[in-house]
Amino acid sequence: MTDLYRRDEEIKKERLRELDTDLTKPINETSLSFKIWTGFLLLLIAAAGFMYVRQLRLGLSVTDMRDIASWGMYISNFVFLIAVSLVGSLITAILKLSNVKWSTPLTRISEIIAVAALISALLIIVVDMGRPDRLWHIFVFGRLQSPIVWDIIVVNTYLVLSLLLLYLPLIPDVAHLGRFMTHKPAWQQKMYRILSLGWQGTGDQLKLLEKSVFVLMVITIPVAFSIHTVTSWLFASTLRPGWDSTIFGPYFVAGAFMVGAAAVIVVMYFIRSEYSYKQYLTDYHFNMMGKLLVLTSLVYLYFNLNEFMVPGYKMKSGESAHILEMFKGDYAMMFWLVQTAGLIVPIILLVFKPFRKPRPLLIISLVVVAGAFLKRYLIVTPTLLNPFLPVQNYPESFAHYHPTFSECIITSGSIAGMALLVTLFIKLFPIIPLCETAHEIGIDQETINS
Amino acid sequence: MDNHEQKKSRRSFLQNLGLAGPALLAGNVLLAGCSSPENVSGKKTKVLTADNRLVEVDASRITDASQPAEKGYLTKRGRKGLPGKKFVLVVDLGKCKNARKCMDKCEAVHQLRPDQHHLNVLLMKDSEHTSPYYMPKHCQHCDNPPCVKVCPVDATFKRSDGIVLIDNERCIGCRFCIAACPYTARSFNWYEPIDAEKYRDIPYDIEKNVPQKKGTVTKCTFSADCLREGKLPYCVSACPNGVYYFGNLYQNSVTNGTTGETVSLSALLAKNSAYRLMEDLGTAPSVYYLPPKDRALIPEIDGTNL
Repeated sequence: MTDLYRRDEEIKKERLRELDTDLTKPINETSLSFKIWTGFLLLLIAAAGFMYVRQLRLGLSVTDMRDIASWGMYISNFVFLIAVSLVGSLITAILKLSNVKWSTPLTRISEIIAVAALISALLIIVVDMGRPDRLWHIFVFGRLQSPIVWDIIVVNTYLVLSLLLLYLPLIPDVAHLGRFMTHKPAWQQKMYRILSLGWQGTGDQLKLLEKSVFVLMVITIPVAFSIHTVTSWLFASTLRPGWDSTIFGPYFVAGAFMVGAAAVIVVMYFIRSEYSYKQYLTDYHFNMMGKLLVLTSLVYLYFNLNEFMVPGYKMKSGESAHILEMFKGDYAMMFWLVQTAGLIVPIILLVFKPFRKPRPLLIISLVVVAGAFLKRYLIVTPTLLNPFLPVQNYPESFAHYHPTFSECIITSGSIAGMALLVTLFIKLFPIIPLCETAHEIGIDQETINS
Repeated sequence: MDNHEQKKSRRSFLQNLGLAGPALLAGNVLLAGCSSPENVSGKKTKVLTADNRLVEVDASRITDASQPAEKGYLTKRGRKGLPGKKFVLVVDLGKCKNARKCMDKCEAVHQLRPDQHHLNVLLMKDSEHTSPYYMPKHCQHCDNPPCVKVCPVDATFKRSDGIVLIDNERCIGCRFCIAACPYTARSFNWYEPIDAEKYRDIPYDIEKNVPQKKGTVTKCTFSADCLREGKLPYCVSACPNGVYYFGNLYQNSVTNGTTGETVSLSALLAKNSAYRLMEDLGTAPSVYYLPPKDRALIPEIDGTNL
């Protein structure tokens, strides 16, 4: 009996060792492609930094925004990043609370995407400010009547919740890493030790952790809904045709879940191929994420129908100019491309199983992400270019908006910044939850502790 | 009750005057140095000094130092409306001949670039079969201002006298007010403002919104600086065609900026079936338009502008 028990222990230890080696591979190995990727991101960020310093000096005149199109690519990028960040709550909270088992290896991916997207969003909104040196005015003179102040409150609340949802489940993992990653530089070991907060893996601690994560998951859902609802109100609280809509809140939230799911698929794919994680991020995971993407896309399609069909049927003055601009005006090409390639075609394809295999799913997801970016652009720009009163006595260029090189570089820099945060996280921490995976394959906490 | 209120406000007004009077005089009048004895005019002026002595100095030695003693004094003063006033502008569209003297004057006094408009004269065409007409469009100084609602830092605000102003020392440049305004009445300083060097040492006057600052929003002020001095707004007095009437809603009287004629506001509005822009949005503007009765036929209209 004791022999059998000992053998069982040995097997468990062996499996844990395998798991350790596998899941710390990104931390221990640095491939050439990783270096090139990181270098590329750093280059983009440096270029964006340079352009931003120039913008600080010359003012927002370096953009193509003017008095008519007074918001542009920065704001649409902000909405895009906020949308992406919603996936944190979708995967970690909504799926987990509905007792979905397969989402475990995706929780950390989605949570770090959420955190990185939020940090990037907060930066890009400062970039859009005419007077970033007066950021402190918001804290000193803030008016609770302004949707911007609501947005600042909910976005920061969601950032804190997302950081906690990323960090708390990480505690057992860093404690474990601290024990066996003794070959790593002293600062890294020290970081693991500090972050582990004296985690022993006792039953009490496990229970406490489980309870806190549960509470966080419950709180994070309404907060996640509110960040994108409030962001949509930045537009819906105005009187302009195209923005003056009562369904903007749910319309934005639905779109956010869709782009978030696609973003997770993209990151999943590259992690899987870079570190050969076929047995952790299986075809089954891709299949399920593909189904989730169809579901969220269908909901989004439903909201799009409401958003465009109803005013398109009535053709109320004011609204009609906006609708016609979209349907057959200057923005028709982009509009129909986004609606078909970015929404309808993915839905049709993803219904069939072969398209939910990793590679086709990756391509579809990339298209969905790109479409989502353009979609935000379509929400912001055409409305501003069609004000109630005629645009006269302005230079001809005011009637159009074409983002400048500077705006494009700064925008790509913000997205590169988000990607870099995700990349660095993968380099420092196990991106697939180590202890949780161990528990799921039957390795108990005592084995991990020993 | 009304009587009591009135008494109270009169008393506090006198109190304020008593306190502010000497302080203002001491603060605003600066004795010029003795560097230029050759321009002595011989005309004497009585001046109250900071230690309350009444002295007499040569008029040529006095320079007006509008630099207030306290920093931000103009801003603090400008945040409150002029008591007992509620300003209205009436635009008689039938008289506008697109002279654009109002636009030029506005651009000049508010340190604006030619592509920045506090005031924009638009060529309007309501329908296919009606003649076009020119419509000067200011900030409508709405009583339910969408721009003020959305400002996150209270930089743009509405005063008790109906004027919507912006404090460009407070504005963070988020441009939410521009997005919210249905009248396209606001402008942003995308560039370093024009003549920035010339305006550098002038203290910021919130009622004129000058000097302009890069990265902040600017807008029509109803020339609140003129109103404080009891004058008509710049654009109103610049008009050669008698388009503008300006006045106080509480007094039910408006004065034509060209003819100087004062008429009853309610009669003017009723007789001419006045309207406000986009009344259905519920913004409650302070600007009234008299329909263009005698539309000047405008030959060779540039079709692309319509």
